[in-house]
Amino acid sequence: MRMDVEIEVRGLNFYYTGNVHVLKGINLSAYKNVVTALIGPSGCGKTTLLRCFNRMHDLYPKNRYEGEIVFQGKNILSKDVDVINLRSRIGMVFQKPTPFPMTIFDNVAYGLKLKGINKRTELSERVENALKNSAIWDEVKDKLNVSAYELSGGQQQRLVIARALAVEPEVLLFDEPTSALDPISTSKIEELLAQLKSKITIIIVTHNMQQAARVSDWTGFVMLGKLIEFDKTDKMFTAPSEKLTEEYITGRFG
Amino acid sequence: MPRTAKRNPVDTIFASVTAIASFSVIIFIIGILYVLISESSLAIGKFGVIKFLTSTDWDPVKESFGALTNIYGTLITTFLSLIVAIPVAVGIAVFVTEISPKFLKGPIGIAIELLAAIPSIIYGMWGLFTLSPIMSSYVEPFMKKVTAGIPLINILFRGTPMGIDILTASVILSIMIIPFTASISRDSFNLTPAVVKESAYALGATKWEVVKNVVIPYSKLGVFGGIVLSLGRALGETMAVAFVLGNNHRITTSLLDAAATITVTLANEFTEADRDIYLSSLFYLALVLFVMSFITLAIAKIFLLKAERKYSR
Amino acid sequence: MTREQTRKIENIFALTLSALAALIGLFWLVFILGDVIVQGIKALNLSLFINDPAPAGVEGGGLRNAFVGQLIITLCATLIGVPVGVLAGTFLAEYARGRKIARVISVLADIMVSVPSIVIGTFIYAILVKPVGHFSGWAGAIALAIIMIPVVLRTTENMLSLVPWTLREAAFALGAPYYKVIIQVVYRGAATGILTGILLSIARVAGETAPLLFTSFNNSFFSLDMKQPISSLTVTIFQYAMGPYDNWHAQAWAASLMITLFILFLTLLGRFIIKWRYKG
Repeated sequence: MRMDVEIEVRGLNFYYTGNVHVLKGINLSAYKNVVTALIGPSGCGKTTLLRCFNRMHDLYPKNRYEGEIVFQGKNILSKDVDVINLRSRIGMVFQKPTPFPMTIFDNVAYGLKLKGINKRTELSERVENALKNSAIWDEVKDKLNVSAYELSGGQQQRLVIARALAVEPEVLLFDEPTSALDPISTSKIEELLAQLKSKITIIIVTHNMQQAARVSDWTGFVMLGKLIEFDKTDKMFTAPSEKLTEEYITGRFG
Repeated sequence: MPRTAKRNPVDTIFASVTAIASFSVIIFIIGILYVLISESSLAIGKFGVIKFLTSTDWDPVKESFGALTNIYGTLITTFLSLIVAIPVAVGIAVFVTEISPKFLKGPIGIAIELLAAIPSIIYGMWGLFTLSPIMSSYVEPFMKKVTAGIPLINILFRGTPMGIDILTASVILSIMIIPFTASISRDSFNLTPAVVKESAYALGATKWEVVKNVVIPYSKLGVFGGIVLSLGRALGETMAVAFVLGNNHRITTSLLDAAATITVTLANEFTEADRDIYLSSLFYLALVLFVMSFITLAIAKIFLLKAERKYSR
Repeated sequence: MTREQTRKIENIFALTLSALAALIGLFWLVFILGDVIVQGIKALNLSLFINDPAPAGVEGGGLRNAFVGQLIITLCATLIGVPVGVLAGTFLAEYARGRKIARVISVLADIMVSVPSIVIGTFIYAILVKPVGHFSGWAGAIALAIIMIPVVLRTTENMLSLVPWTLREAAFALGAPYYKVIIQVVYRGAATGILTGILLSIARVAGETAPLLFTSFNNSFFSLDMKQPISSLTVTIFQYAMGPYDNWHAQAWAASLMITLFILFLTLLGRFIIKWRYKG
């Protein structure tokens, strides 16, 4: 089955604040309309890799990329890329729910207002769609003007996903999105991921291997800054090619 | 407090000593209130409350005193100084927290602290000898010229530009408040979690949009509390203003006129008060000022407590 | 122009404004300090420190009495204010921890901090000057102490609270009574912070004028007698600056320079100590 590549990483090296070499020669392809998971021991580079896709590292001084990440024909690591535009096409959901100090409606509409969409009717429609796609519409449709802080943790995380979805990105990056949530909210979000992938491409970092096995189609195992193995999830978890992968999956080390 | 098997006598003594030391605070607050009221009782008896607060009299010879001119001066200089200081202070806080490169953050932080540490009498000296001549020779004539034709606004700049007036005093006051307001705003801004800011960036927001839409709304309670605290500081400021305000007891619409604030009146006239009613009226003024700064502190505290509660959620 | 271009321009514009604000702040600092230094140095000479004031209008003379008086008043204020402040802060952070009284006194201390210093001056006048019939150095020192106490109290309270409870538990487990735990363990742990708080409170009162105006007043002669009016640099600056004589103005600048240097030194020292301590 031929699959389209949405994002291709070629020879990616990344250095924190000048010279700490954190990612070493990464090559992988994230396919369209597929969930790609990045797993690996804590602090070994999976989140660092994720944050390269939307150039989050640019926010902090002296970080340096080498290599290429090709998205829709262009290398998004090059200096002349419009990062602001890039981030509206590759969105991100963080580990802790991060609602803005605004109403539920205004939170979801934020990205749209940034883009200049101000007509009430269009905003309402797109906000409603985003909240529906995020499986939270029924829970908030009667209280759109309430502060987002009134929602529970799990609801806030789904709200934040709606906020990211509202600008209709092509890719959505998830950085351990359920690690701060209870089991019920976690499974709701995992269901959501399964529904969303038909519309967008998803890359998710998770330290929970069972979650990776449940939700993803492709998995990359990152350790000490290197991509040890990248394969279809079924294959990775049943018959990994690399010894290190097997040891990690069977819990030989954390 | 933990219980030890045998109650050590030294412990009891030490505990009592510390308790007494801390009760001194209670004693002081009660004491100052009591003393101020009792010393002003003569004036309160003679002038009452409403009459004193609304009277523009200040005549030691006729023994008629009123607080209005002083209250007016205090409020005008404070208000004007805040108008200038707040935007500059918030701008500095935005710069230090969001824009400045790492190597500048330390030095600018120190610069703010140094500005804050300079005693008000130095501001007063500088105001009298350096700023005042500049105001009277350049700034004030310029303001007069520029506003000459504009109705309503030109009332603000009537009179001879002498440099010893409300305008100069407000400028000095605003410079004094800037560092205080800036550091409180900076501390409030820093409380915004990095991950919330990152979420905004992740949606494609520019730096300014993150500050405007996320950081400032997030910290607005703290910043506002800080502004009210600065207001309290400005109300009670004496020496910075005493040199350049003059001591003219009247309500005036021109910024180029001398005026009087409660603090400056106290500073200039306290040791000259030769009659009991005069001194009592001065104490009455002090009482009014005490109440004013207490109210501003209470309001500030409400905001700051609300902010604290929000962040510890 | 596309929306994105507008946003970018708005971004640069707003950020430039805030950089401008920072520059304005820096400008004032440089301008004021520069002036104090330039004018102060012009008037600095040895006679300032060795001689007492000449009669009004007469050239020459110095401010020896003012320097000495300022030192004595500040020293006395510190000797009264610091122990009371530290002990009070200890009560709030240790013996009264978590109890309602601690909250109440904390809030009252904040009120005390925000009382305008001239009002404190009138308060002391009423209780220590009027009944006695004359100004005195002690009245001034106590006025300054009242300003210091709540500042030292809050810093001490905050610093002590930062010391982890487990440290105290370890000392208790070794059989130490509470007062020893506080003095030997907790104070040690919070020493740097408390010391900085003390330094900053001294810097704060060393420059105060208003509370001295009707308490210690002033004295044109050299005196060490705290029971009588005593000279202080700050009040002298006020009098000289408002006076008509040029040499008075010059001396006021010189005195301003000395006070500013002293206060800036204390402030920087306090910050430096904190940095040095928490680096390692």
